[in-house]
Amino acid sequence: MNTLEVKGLSTHFFTRAGVVRAVEDVSFTVGRGKVMGLVGESGSGKTVTGFSVIGLVDAPGRIVSGEILFKGRNLVGMGEEELRDLRGNRIAMIFQDPMMTLNPVLRVDTQMIETVQAHQKVDRETARQRARDTLGMVGIPSPDERLKSYPHQFSGGMRQRVAIAIALLHQPDLIIADEPTTALDVTIQGQILAEVQKLAANTGTSLIWITHDLSVVAGLADDIAVMYAGRIVEQGSVDQVLDVPFHPYTHGLIGSVPSRNKRGVALRQIPGTTPSLMSLPPGCAFKTRCERADGACETMPALAELAPGRFARCVHPHLETLPA
Amino acid sequence: MLIYLLRRIMQSGFVLVAMSLLVFLGVYAVGDPIEILISPDADQIEKERAIQALGLDLPLWQQYLVFVGKALQGDLGRSFVFNEPAIQLILQRMPATLELAFGSMFLSILIGLPLGLYAGLRPNGAISKGIMAGSILGFSLPTFWVGLMLIMVFAVQLGWLPSTGRGDTAMLFGISWSFLTGDGLSHILLPAINLALFKISLVIRLTRAGVRETMLMDYVKFARAKGLSPFRVTFVHVFKNILIPVVTVVGLELGGTIAFSVVTESVFAWPGMGKLIIDSINVLDRPVIVAYLMMIVLMFIVINLLVDIVYTVLDPRVRLEAKA
Repeated sequence: MNTLEVKGLSTHFFTRAGVVRAVEDVSFTVGRGKVMGLVGESGSGKTVTGFSVIGLVDAPGRIVSGEILFKGRNLVGMGEEELRDLRGNRIAMIFQDPMMTLNPVLRVDTQMIETVQAHQKVDRETARQRARDTLGMVGIPSPDERLKSYPHQFSGGMRQRVAIAIALLHQPDLIIADEPTTALDVTIQGQILAEVQKLAANTGTSLIWITHDLSVVAGLADDIAVMYAGRIVEQGSVDQVLDVPFHPYTHGLIGSVPSRNKRGVALRQIPGTTPSLMSLPPGCAFKTRCERADGACETMPALAELAPGRFARCVHPHLETLPA
Repeated sequence: MLIYLLRRIMQSGFVLVAMSLLVFLGVYAVGDPIEILISPDADQIEKERAIQALGLDLPLWQQYLVFVGKALQGDLGRSFVFNEPAIQLILQRMPATLELAFGSMFLSILIGLPLGLYAGLRPNGAISKGIMAGSILGFSLPTFWVGLMLIMVFAVQLGWLPSTGRGDTAMLFGISWSFLTGDGLSHILLPAINLALFKISLVIRLTRAGVRETMLMDYVKFARAKGLSPFRVTFVHVFKNILIPVVTVVGLELGGTIAFSVVTESVFAWPGMGKLIIDSINVLDRPVIVAYLMMIVLMFIVINLLVDIVYTVLDPRVRLEAKA
């Protein structure tokens, strides 16, 4: 059974200024032990997708339709107590900014032990040992002493390791990682990526890795979903999508990544900015920035399977690059 | 820590010296006590004798030095009116004011914190809006008027509570306190409520603002993502963070209340320091005024120091060292 199946998920925010369609008709599947990269610019709805899965969409937002099947159980409409029991236990989340994720006035041991005890009836000492072992597992030296520290006594990279350790405490089936390496140095980023990959492989944990960094996804993920303005515009296995992108947006994203082969050549940019989610034009949301757009783009294209296992939502996909 | 304390004490010494100068000059500028103290019928010789006896014939700087010299030996002068040491006069009245101030502080925390917490957690509820509207009243109604109204309603019309004096007192540490007897408590209730009204509103607003700000922090969302109960998120993760501003303001308010509860003490004929200082100002009893102000300065210094020490308990990032 797949760890997670999201079907037709829509999450909207009902603000005074209007309805923000942050996530619209999003579907994807994450198999056991698989890593799924969720890619997009700021405001494309990838973070809200993550929060929808873990059931932490705050008012004025709410899931308006769709199903989130976690090991076959639908999380949409599930009671708060049941959800709370899954959170941090079977589904864990790692946040973007490690400087902000840990409570500044509570010691690390407090923040770890409470997580253990929230889901298991164990005494403090057992919980503490579990916390210590997990800290050691994510590469924090002398975890016994570090448990007594406060978050401000850690560097950013170390704090993110603590957050990852907290996510791992119950060996969850699914971890939602929301740009966990974006705020870190490149070297630290590399270490953390390697750790996470190893841990996921060892424990069979599935990962949703939310990022805007294609190079991270390239090295880490099995599958990829590219989001734009709340919808998935392209989906498939990571190698295929990055090698042969169908959607002009994916094309643009890949073109804007610097690489050694393109030395001396100006990087391609995607002109314009993401449209406001509150006043999306009818049809394809990318058409105002797309060089291929024409009258046919005035109606929203469906997410179509253009090649086996390859989906794209485009009227004029880059099919010519497909090897014959 | 020790170095910090020593440095703080030295700084406090400077503040005291500066304040004593200001107070002395200020009181000197207010008016000549001889005009009030000596009956208009007194002849020139009597007048001269009085002036000499009170040390008012010396030039100002000598008067100041005499004052400082005696102050260093714990003698802040004798009251012109009562012919008793000023410090003794003040200390006699202090317990009454202290118990009133602490009583009102206790009420403001007991009522203000829960209401503020509720209003912060449910910002859009009808009850929260009621609480906030009420707090505006608490801010803006003048103390003397509220005091009079309290007497009107609870003492005169309903006859539930007495309106003047301290009632029965009991001895503790050789000092008589009202709050130790039932009758004393019933006497303290009305003035304490009167004095607390403004502070309740202040604590409500501070707490609500703190809660609303803290609830948006990543670490609160992370705490929820760990699957903690809403109770633990609110009372451990949020609560500890909002205590810092509340402690600051409550500490300073406590000083203000002890020093300047003049109005309430007058309305309820509460025999505290506030009434003493008002009477002394009316008859230009310089030694009492100066002694009172010096004690208040000392008290504020001590309260500030205590608040700073409480910070280190509440917020591990605060270190009482080097740069203070």
